[in-house]
Amino acid sequence: MNRTKKLWQRANTTLGRSGMLAGGFLLVVLLAAVLAPLVAPADPNQSSLLDSYAGPSGAHLLGADGIGRDLLSRLIFGARTSLLGPALVVGVSLLLGIPLALLASWYGGWVDGVIARVFDLVYALPGLLLAVLTVALFGPGLTPAVVALSIAYIPFLARIVRAAARQQRVSPYVDALAVQGFGVLRITVRHILRNIVPVVVGQAAIAFGYALLDLASLSYLGLAVQAPTPDWGVMVSDSDALLKGYWLQVLAPGVLIVLTVLALTVVGARISGEKPPGYLRRRRPAGAALKDRAENDRTPVGAAA
Amino acid sequence: MTRLLLHRLGGLLTTLFLSSVVIFGSLYLAPGSPENVIFGSRTPSAAARAAVRHRLHLDQPLPVRYWDWLTGVLHGDLGTSMVTGQPVADRVGSGLGTTLLLVLMTMVLVVLIGLAMGLTAALLPGRVDGAVNAATSVSVTVPSFVASALLISLFAVKLGWFPASGLGQGFGGKVDGLVLPAVALAILSCGFLARVTRNAVRDQLEREHVQTALVRGLPRRTVLRSHVLRNALPPIVTAVGLLTAGTFASTLVVESAFAVPGIGQLTIQSVAQKDFPVVQAVALLLVAAFVVCNAASDLIQAVVDPRLREAGSTS
Repeated sequence: MNRTKKLWQRANTTLGRSGMLAGGFLLVVLLAAVLAPLVAPADPNQSSLLDSYAGPSGAHLLGADGIGRDLLSRLIFGARTSLLGPALVVGVSLLLGIPLALLASWYGGWVDGVIARVFDLVYALPGLLLAVLTVALFGPGLTPAVVALSIAYIPFLARIVRAAARQQRVSPYVDALAVQGFGVLRITVRHILRNIVPVVVGQAAIAFGYALLDLASLSYLGLAVQAPTPDWGVMVSDSDALLKGYWLQVLAPGVLIVLTVLALTVVGARISGEKPPGYLRRRRPAGAALKDRAENDRTPVGAAA
Repeated sequence: MTRLLLHRLGGLLTTLFLSSVVIFGSLYLAPGSPENVIFGSRTPSAAARAAVRHRLHLDQPLPVRYWDWLTGVLHGDLGTSMVTGQPVADRVGSGLGTTLLLVLMTMVLVVLIGLAMGLTAALLPGRVDGAVNAATSVSVTVPSFVASALLISLFAVKLGWFPASGLGQGFGGKVDGLVLPAVALAILSCGFLARVTRNAVRDQLEREHVQTALVRGLPRRTVLRSHVLRNALPPIVTAVGLLTAGTFASTLVVESAFAVPGIGQLTIQSVAQKDFPVVQAVALLLVAAFVVCNAASDLIQAVVDPRLREAGSTS
């Protein structure tokens, strides 16, 4: 009991009020996705033409789509595909990006230079275009889209990890460990990486949000998740419902996407230690403001389409 | 300044060359032979297949084909579409103007609204700042396709002010049809630019030179214009460059949503049809737009900020 209370307090202080709210929302979405077969009121693919474009009622809490499939159930099952894709993207790019970033930050010099040049080249290609090209090669599907986006997201995450690790690299405790004869692997993984965990987790949450946007855009274009499978991006692309004026069927998944990404950015920013928005009102030394600006400017633009 | 220009130009050409190799090489690696697009579901005789392969130069080794393609591109010959048989340059050319107009309209909206919101938030702390902040926090998470759906359902279907898809006749009809796509593209970018502007201006307001100028009794307007805004400009210019580049990528989505006959829609169509010559040309064009925007913002930066005119200091 005491431990859960402490955990709750700790979460409260790091996340703040808006962060806790966002975290709670994410938890609900995650639980809905995991427990989809238990919580969904109906089969997401069960169609009945009698219920075509039915409004919200006892039978269909949020109404039904053009061929009478239950909207709420499709939203709940859609959370599965909509969250799985970005999770894979962020997982793969962390798995490949962290070792490269640690390598670059530890050795510096030409190793750092070569890795930075390669990242620059990948950065020159917008993630969405890379994904579209990959789909052109391998045909539409979630796998090619995830592979392409994973590659596109490596530079974004690796640059942040490299910068944070570089800060640790020059601090005295690293030299002390090196003098004691500890190996590179041990120092970087067990000490440096552990100290930058908040930044990595926070930025990974933000990258998760942008990956969700990109994958949903691709699904919307019919290039990632394919039509009968429930997915938020696919559901927004129902232009038939849109042009007939049934806005709920199209905007409900859209609003879910926006809220999820918003919650992810809020939580991510709090975990990685960015100040809440009102912080600039207090007077601070000029140097601190400069540092904050550098931190705040790194939201990726090309990534979010 | 000249050194910086050459430096950037060199980097730009290198990136373009490398990405052209990547694009051409990766389409070569695609499973299935490109000529199958022409045959469709029919199974051709060996002779017919060989003839088509010869006509498309598919029987030649990769480096030779790449060299032919590259020299062709440099002479303005982008190849022939496999699906329609038209020259690729014609198809690309007809869409290019529309896409450029769309990006231009978007960026005018972004710069006007984003700057205004950012400045308001920076100069009016407290409640206004909080409200703008909340608005921009939400708007940077609205993807362009959700914005498109929202705008179509509200302004095209409910109110009928603008067409839901396609473009009208003449320049006026074109602009009319591009209003909603431009707004859909601008929503996310406006929020981003507003945040960058607010932070940059707020940062300058706290600096000692601004305080000194105010204490000396200079009019607030003068201080704002030549002490605050001038120094806050570099990050804003960078952001506008990045956003313009990002807008080119986002046209892929928005042009499909509104059925705008531009480069973005052409890309998605030719990807679906596996029309590789068109995909190659359009992808290279989009990468070029992306790279040129980033380089241009660096150069404008150097014009705005004399301290950055030393070559290499911006890289």
